Amino acid sequence: MRKVYLDHASTTPLLPEVREAMIPFLGETFGNPSSLHDWGDAAREAVEAARAQVAQLIGANAEEIIFTGSGTESNNFAIKGLALAQQNKGRHVVLSAIEHFSVLQSARTLEKWGFELSLLPVDKYGVVDPKDVRKSLRKDTVLVSIMHANGEVGTIEPIQEIARITRESNVVFHTDAVATAGTIPVDVKELGVDVLSLAGNQFYGPKGVGALWVRKGVRIMPLLDGGVQEGGRRAGTENIPAIVGLGKAAELAKSTMAARIEHLTQLRDRLLDGLPSRIDHVVVTGHPQNRLPGNASFCVEFIEGESMLMLLNSQGVAVSSGSACTSRALKASHVLIAVGISHELAQGSILFTLGIDSTPEDIDYVLEVLPPIVDRLRQMSPLYAKFIKESKGGK
Amino acid sequence: MPVYSEKVMEHFMNPRNVGEIEDADGVGEEGNPVCGDMMTFYIKVKDNRLDDVKFKTFGCGAAIAVSSMVSEMAKGKTLEEAMKITPRSVANELEGLPKNKFHCSNLGAQALNKAIQDYLSKKKAKGGKE
Repeated sequence: MRKVYLDHASTTPLLPEVREAMIPFLGETFGNPSSLHDWGDAAREAVEAARAQVAQLIGANAEEIIFTGSGTESNNFAIKGLALAQQNKGRHVVLSAIEHFSVLQSARTLEKWGFELSLLPVDKYGVVDPKDVRKSLRKDTVLVSIMHANGEVGTIEPIQEIARITRESNVVFHTDAVATAGTIPVDVKELGVDVLSLAGNQFYGPKGVGALWVRKGVRIMPLLDGGVQEGGRRAGTENIPAIVGLGKAAELAKSTMAARIEHLTQLRDRLLDGLPSRIDHVVVTGHPQNRLPGNASFCVEFIEGESMLMLLNSQGVAVSSGSACTSRALKASHVLIAVGISHELAQGSILFTLGIDSTPEDIDYVLEVLPPIVDRLRQMSPLYAKFIKESKGGK
Repeated sequence: MPVYSEKVMEHFMNPRNVGEIEDADGVGEEGNPVCGDMMTFYIKVKDNRLDDVKFKTFGCGAAIAVSSMVSEMAKGKTLEEAMKITPRSVANELEGLPKNKFHCSNLGAQALNKAIQDYLSKKKAKGGKE
């Protein structure tokens, strides 16, 4: 059976070049970068080379990069660390309603610690209005965090415009760029942000490694206390193989980005155009144009996402869904609800995230196998039966 | 894949008794507004037995497997026997359901029960004649 992995937002495969770069550090080059001997030097040099590679990917200075254990850690570090470092100045934090859970839940923790949150709405495409950011700012606002792009609906946010506002008001601006760094151009100077999160497993690097870029001069409180690794801002012996892999993945992403984007955009549009032409009552979620190159997200009416996902899996196709049934908490995706999709329609969520190895044949295979799956589930669906009866009765 | 038993997967992939009964003797609908699962059961009664049971379900893999299993368990049973089908007995027949799905997607027994109640109340309204 054909195997088609279209769940790259969950994680990307490791590129062979990245794996090759990592292997020595799982073997003979095992030293601790903090050690003052040749073994330590070799490890330290590898970490610093990776730091330079990651810095180049986002147009930053190497000494401003802090390696972390994941995108989630980067976001926790940013939200809690930036707020705590400035709590004498104020205790108000602004974020969008569609942030990743690692941002939202970190902010909830801040709330328990006495901070106040403002959650900004998004429009039907998932776009934050910069005017809302301006209106939300108060004297005691110490942090704004708006994601660069949303991995579930693909929408890219107007980060530059928001950064202009936060800079005028002298408020620290963090952006979660986990969905974009290594995928589309991310330049911290162009974006104008102060702090930025990224993660290795979103662009063909290893899992268990991320980075936080903190502009020089911005104060952040460490989450982990201990030794003086990462300039004293993230204690703990470094995960050298993963950091080396992240560096290599960053280098490859930078050098091949334009070709990757062109490839992904073509395939994405094939799916975005193809699916609604083959299946009735399908809604594309997210922004029609201004979206991640590999993101094709839909809601299919009258059926539920987990059933679709399971039947697609039985045909060899891997996807995600934001339906309530697919979440462990049995709650519909907060992103879909924030863009104004009803709970019922959100049940039909299905998310395809394409990768650099995806092919036109993969897309055509999905376009071939999905319509009968949708049809089969609709034949089973009381909602569809109701809809058919009502539309017949109306005529 | 969600952590489903082989039995759940088997019923999900090959659900029994999907459909509607045009001239059903009883219809029962049960839904969970929180997670959005919805099940409709149709029954045909002959000599106090469930002569035919069909269902339509909107929901996850567990919801579809539960509906299929309930229809299979209920078919041929007397009304009294069928009313004894519980979410627990359905889950047992399916060799277990994930914890978080037990309450949310396990609505088949209630939907069937509603269909039987629907039949009984219609019968009563007709004055016990069938």
